[in-house]
Amino acid sequence: MQPDSLSFIFLNAFIINNFVLAMFLGLCPFLGVSGKIKTAWNMGLAVIFVMLVSSTCAYAINFLLIRYHLEFLRLICYIAVIASAVQLVEMAIKKWSPALFRTLGIFLPLITTNCAILGVALFQTQRDYDFFQCLAFSLGAGAGFTLALMLMAGLREKLELADVPDVSMGAALSLVIAGLLSLTFMGFAGLGG
Amino acid sequence: MTRDPRTPEALSWDTFIQGLWRENPVFVMLLGLCPVLAVTNTAMNALSMGLATTFVLLCSGVLVSVLRNLIPRQVRIASYIIIIATFVTIVDYAIQAVSLDLYKALGAFIQLIVVNCIILGRAEAYASKNPVVSAFVNALGMGLGFTFALLCLGAVREVLGSGSLFGLSLFGPDFQPWAVFVLPPGGFFVLAFWLFLFAVVRKRLKVTESSMEERTNAA
Amino acid sequence: MNQDTSSLPQPMPASSRLIITLCLIAMMSGFLVVLTFNVTEPRITQNKQEALEQAVFAVLSDATVRSNYLLDSSGLVALPDEDFARANVYAGYNEAGEVIGVAMEGSARGYQDIVRILYGYSLEKECIIGVTVLQSTETPGLGDRVETDLGFLANFDCLDASLNEDRTAMRNEIVTVKHGKKVHPWQVDGISGATITSKAVGNALRGSTSQMLPWLVKNKASLDRKKMSSKTTGLH
Repeated sequence: MQPDSLSFIFLNAFIINNFVLAMFLGLCPFLGVSGKIKTAWNMGLAVIFVMLVSSTCAYAINFLLIRYHLEFLRLICYIAVIASAVQLVEMAIKKWSPALFRTLGIFLPLITTNCAILGVALFQTQRDYDFFQCLAFSLGAGAGFTLALMLMAGLREKLELADVPDVSMGAALSLVIAGLLSLTFMGFAGLGG
Repeated sequence: MTRDPRTPEALSWDTFIQGLWRENPVFVMLLGLCPVLAVTNTAMNALSMGLATTFVLLCSGVLVSVLRNLIPRQVRIASYIIIIATFVTIVDYAIQAVSLDLYKALGAFIQLIVVNCIILGRAEAYASKNPVVSAFVNALGMGLGFTFALLCLGAVREVLGSGSLFGLSLFGPDFQPWAVFVLPPGGFFVLAFWLFLFAVVRKRLKVTESSMEERTNAA
Repeated sequence: MNQDTSSLPQPMPASSRLIITLCLIAMMSGFLVVLTFNVTEPRITQNKQEALEQAVFAVLSDATVRSNYLLDSSGLVALPDEDFARANVYAGYNEAGEVIGVAMEGSARGYQDIVRILYGYSLEKECIIGVTVLQSTETPGLGDRVETDLGFLANFDCLDASLNEDRTAMRNEIVTVKHGKKVHPWQVDGISGATITSKAVGNALRGSTSQMLPWLVKNKASLDRKKMSSKTTGLH
């Protein structure tokens, strides 16, 4: 597979370098919203959507900043634009699709401080992706996030029935599971080599 | 009558210590986990990341506290984010100027300090309501607590995963490093281990406290 | 704001006030960022230059002087020393002013992510005389052995990278083979247990050599001539 091909970039962000399990991005929602499969799915959808929007915006901004040699303002612009993009998306969905808003609604504001979103913007800049590569990358990253969230939620639903020592309840146990998942995902490395 | 949320808390030893132990951002509040796991593969990276975050916490805390009466409520989050992003950019350039190797090791995680929930959380929950000195002390406590947590992870992972500490070889050349600890899964496992440990310690402390109380009650 | 107003439901301030506050904060932050940028920039450039210099001298072990060139299909252009960021070819000279070789970059997809390497090419021997890894996130203990494994590094004592008769393409494309299966001088002997990363090094070399070397050899003369002129200027 070509290193720069769209399918590779997608696959790489999706499972090989999974955003949550290999790059540790977006851990807060990963541990926080992974209690139920249904919520995890909705959260995942919202993240994919916002990632696509913000990645497109970031691409446009970076183009402008490089044109005018203002690279040092990159971070400030990215974060400002992502925050406002999330707000705009929220308003737009509320107006045009109340049904979708009811599904995604409460998760959208949470996403602003999700480092996976800013991570996508920063990594695509660092790697000099062109527009379509950016789209593939953000789609892969969002799908990878959703996958990790769903897997985790499935495991945790089962775990509620299990009998574990009470000191290990909660976060510590979730982290051990995340570690095991991460170990599993390491098996995907080298898939495209 | 409920306490007005804008009343500043009195400055005390507790302002400092709460971030270090009782409300440790990593071990107790589980905030800002992304850098905690991502850059702690060596103790040196962990320390640098901790200090960089502490610097941003301090500066943004002080500035937010100075401007707390000037910023209208409606635009406060936007203003805080701009302030934080400014200091993160400054740290980013400072680290590049100090050492490129370090910059490469920390990678995009320096810039990702912006979305570290601890910083925005402190700005919103503490610095925007308290005078400069308290904000400074509180941010210092939180920052050191964060650095402490990063070091805990970084040291364990480096010793087990590469047999060294701060780059100094500990076990000689025959040591077969346990590479999984430097890899992503190791991050999760070591953090889980520390959380277990702290949970056990807390439980012990509680048991001793309650048994002491019982004894005093009995007497 | 004092306590009386804050405990009451607040009226919305005029939007002009909101905008002015945000503008002021943005201006302040812009000022701070530009200030830092200007203070740190020379130092950062210097760091980058040092790092590059170290890498170039690592792959061209006998070189002591470096100069920058920009090579593309139209020709070879010499760049001033401080313009190293735009250069893609770094020529190394020994103390007598003779060309030792050139260092060029290559990159390919590795096990985890892209592996970027810098390699030294000797024009005289038509072979690759050194490779160093600029950037990789390969698995510690496995993939990162391409940087330390002596058997693997021995590949690059002189890895054949000669051009064909009419100097338009490689005679033999560089390729990585499984450990112990190397028979031809243009093959890279892989590391067992780090096959994909060693393959990535080979791929990076192949990609870069087959594109750059025909151009480089065509413009070989300007590499020397530039050196002569700069040497004479050095004497003045």
